[in-house]
Amino acid sequence: MSATEIQSPRSAKAPAAKVGSNRIAPQYRRNGSSKGNFEMLAWLFMRLSGVVLVVLIFGHLFVNLLVGEGIHAIDFGFVAGKWADPFWQIWDLAMLWLAMLHGTNGVRTIINDYAEKDATRLWLKIVLYAATTVIIILGTLVIFTFDPCPVVNGVQLPGGFCPAP
Amino acid sequence: MTAELAEPASKIELPAHIGGGGEIPSFDVTLRVRRYNPEVSEDATWDDFKVTMYGTDRVLDALHKIKWEMDGSVSFRRSCAHGVCGSDAMRINGRNRLACKTLLKDLDTSKPITVEPIKGLPVEKDLIVDMEPFFQSFREVMPFLINRGHEPTKERLQSAEDRERFDDTTKCILCAACTSSCPVFWTDGQYFGPAAIVNAHRFIFDSRDDAGDMRLEILNDKEGVWRCRTTFNCTEACPRGIQVTQAIAEVKQAILSRKI
Ligand code: SF4
Ligand code: FES
Repeated sequence: MSATEIQSPRSAKAPAAKVGSNRIAPQYRRNGSSKGNFEMLAWLFMRLSGVVLVVLIFGHLFVNLLVGEGIHAIDFGFVAGKWADPFWQIWDLAMLWLAMLHGTNGVRTIINDYAEKDATRLWLKIVLYAATTVIIILGTLVIFTFDPCPVVNGVQLPGGFCPAP
Repeated sequence: MTAELAEPASKIELPAHIGGGGEIPSFDVTLRVRRYNPEVSEDATWDDFKVTMYGTDRVLDALHKIKWEMDGSVSFRRSCAHGVCGSDAMRINGRNRLACKTLLKDLDTSKPITVEPIKGLPVEKDLIVDMEPFFQSFREVMPFLINRGHEPTKERLQSAEDRERFDDTTKCILCAACTSSCPVFWTDGQYFGPAAIVNAHRFIFDSRDDAGDMRLEILNDKEGVWRCRTTFNCTEACPRGIQVTQAIAEVKQAILSRKI
């Protein structure tokens, strides 16, 4: 064995791992090493998305609540007007995705830290990921398919923002 | 043989307001010790011991007095009794400390002082825990010099700046106060823990060592540095004053800059 092949005791091949693992209580035994950089990327994503979200959310609050007539201008027409503009569509889309993924990853972390049994962890995460998926898909659909003047069965729904037919 | 003979209280000068004429003041203190003996009962209980101690005494001296004069079955680890060996980390009044470095007079002696085993490791008896999971993580980061160059004929020289880079993490005495104060470690004991990362840091940033990349790869594990939530419990617990959380952050940075 050349010097470059020094094995860490945790790799399953190393005999030291077997010796060591018999001596440590089973609940402390790690099942092999995890490959890949997922946890590192998740950690990095939390920092970067956090910074971007600060800009997006404060920009959002500023435009909605302070500019022009401020909070009194908010109504259905205001939202419809914003989503007619691709700039705000992208802004809100970014806010939706980043906030959802940031929050989901945060809750995933909390589950990892506080759930003690693997089965509990699994179930909590299934619920979490299902909820996230539903909300992200629904939100994305709303932003892109939003129609301020819906016509149902040939009848214009009430609203008063649309040109009279 | 009495406790005083085995561990003579040192005659240091104390200001007059603490004791009269250079005498060492004495006071009564109650130690509330967590007792567990699996051969007798699965349940842990609290035992109170009232002892008369001196201003120069530490929690370890009180434990000695209890063990030697009151109840010989009280079990705890200690070796050097001077903060060097790291065997007597315990939870004193809810904080991880070395019993041999904690003066009784610095604690609130008007209330019972609670003494428990460190958390997160299996208790074997009273204040003694099974340290094996802790040392296993320590071994996994390969805490020894790995150098791929030619064997030098004399010592491996290093500049003062290079030595300074990892000076803080050389001070670790492997007492486990940090790892057993970490809430992430408490959950399931899978996390490598601050002590393993501190000892990896000591070699990762050593200019004479060539296996930094391997150690970074080991700590890039899902139970590695990324489980750290920067709670700072470890930094607060370390009896050697090591900036543990900072060392963990530096290892995170090193992994990131290597990957990206
Ligand atoms: S880093 Fe400090 S608290 Fe942790 S094992 Fe080393 S000396 Fe003890
Ligand atoms: S007995 Fe050695 S550190 Fe306390």
